[in-house]
Amino acid sequence: MSHPPSDAAPLISIEAVDKWYGAFQVLRGITLTVRKGEKIVLCGPSGSGKSTLIRCINHLETYQAGRIVVDGVVVNDSVKNIDTVRSEVGMVFQSFNLFPHLTILQNCTLAPMRVRGVNKATAEATARRYLDRVRILDQADKYPAQLSGGQQQRVAIARALCMEPKAMLFDEPTSALDPEMVKEVLDTMVGLAADGMTMICVTHEMGFARQVADRVIFMANGELVEQAPPEVFFRNPTQQRTRDFLGQILAQH
Amino acid sequence: MGPKLDFSVVFDALPALLWGCVGTFQLALSGMALALAIGIGGVLTRNSRRAPVRLATITFIEIIRNTPFLVQIFFLFFALPGLGVKLDPTQTAILALGLNGGAYAIEIIRGGVQSIPKGQTEAGLALGLHKGQVFRLIILTPALRAIFPALTGQFIMLTLTSSICSSVAAYELTSVAQRIESDTFRSFEVYFTITGMYLAMSWILMVGFAAIARRQFNYPTR
Repeated sequence: MSHPPSDAAPLISIEAVDKWYGAFQVLRGITLTVRKGEKIVLCGPSGSGKSTLIRCINHLETYQAGRIVVDGVVVNDSVKNIDTVRSEVGMVFQSFNLFPHLTILQNCTLAPMRVRGVNKATAEATARRYLDRVRILDQADKYPAQLSGGQQQRVAIARALCMEPKAMLFDEPTSALDPEMVKEVLDTMVGLAADGMTMICVTHEMGFARQVADRVIFMANGELVEQAPPEVFFRNPTQQRTRDFLGQILAQH
Repeated sequence: MGPKLDFSVVFDALPALLWGCVGTFQLALSGMALALAIGIGGVLTRNSRRAPVRLATITFIEIIRNTPFLVQIFFLFFALPGLGVKLDPTQTAILALGLNGGAYAIEIIRGGVQSIPKGQTEAGLALGLHKGQVFRLIILTPALRAIFPALTGQFIMLTLTSSICSSVAAYELTSVAQRIESDTFRSFEVYFTITGMYLAMSWILMVGFAAIARRQFNYPTR
């Protein structure tokens, strides 16, 4: 278990964030600070706002009150700020979202070339390095539809890494996978964590949480209910809602 | 039995008819290029955040799709000069075909764009691409692939519609045929022949579109 020094600067700071969908409040005064190198696992029942929260960090969703700051840049309606944050925070989605008309290699080089202005040779070299790291380099010239779900999700991770992000957001990265493919994706994420990447993972994979998380956070009804290091979180949850949720989740496994 | 058929006039006029086919292709291909540009650009203005831009696009589509092509081309040819815009018959024909085909193409391509999962846009934005880049680099190719049969069907229609451009004396197959017919009074032979020629041109276009599809959209989907 890696515990980053407590004096490490906050990389992502979420301050009293509220969000409504019309009259329905999905996020209620969320405050959360993520230090550089820290690994956070977010869990909670569906509809608890955990995906919405991480989608606010890179402005895929807007929020109405409070403030989110990523590496000193405020995530607001400023296009310049949004561009900066998005190019420095990678995201992996539940449904992979690889671009079907581009090869695996092209999926990985598109953003570095178009956003960072990296030349093709450099972008391809970087892409091959990360594809090798997620152990999928031999598929570089195939198209997404020719790969299994687990392979596609590993490519999605490599694609995000090609932007050399300072932090990675994972939105239920294994939920759409067949059971036998979950491990290969989790192993990739464990490797990434071991290399010191700052990560916020929305997931119900409690084994993963135990293995890599510095903090496990439980959300319900748009609120941050409980947060603790995994050994404390799983052994001595203080809130009844957390205990109920853990009872349900762990019963399934 | 009707009168004896005499195709010799058609043989004599074959070079003129073939040049007419060339004229039709010129009008049709230019019209398609314009229609495609209007179709893709129109999807963006149709979905614009600015209401006047969106409304202008919808108005354009409604006017074109609910009025006769013949009236549209007459308007461009006979009414626009009153506003000081004078176009020759070929320019008029290309503009009319492009505007008409474009209005239909906007709605067809928009359907394709809507069929692309939202996650594609989100993945592009999350990587730092701008909205325009997301549309051009990520959405457009799969969207065009999804609606390519409908779009090419519309483009074949556009090619056949070009015969109406004979009404402003644009140089194309039907106007050539009309001239030969009025010189020879061999109506059946002339129109029978150009029927076959239109059929052949449609087939050639279909083969061409299929080749484009193989080249541009050959990536596998599941």
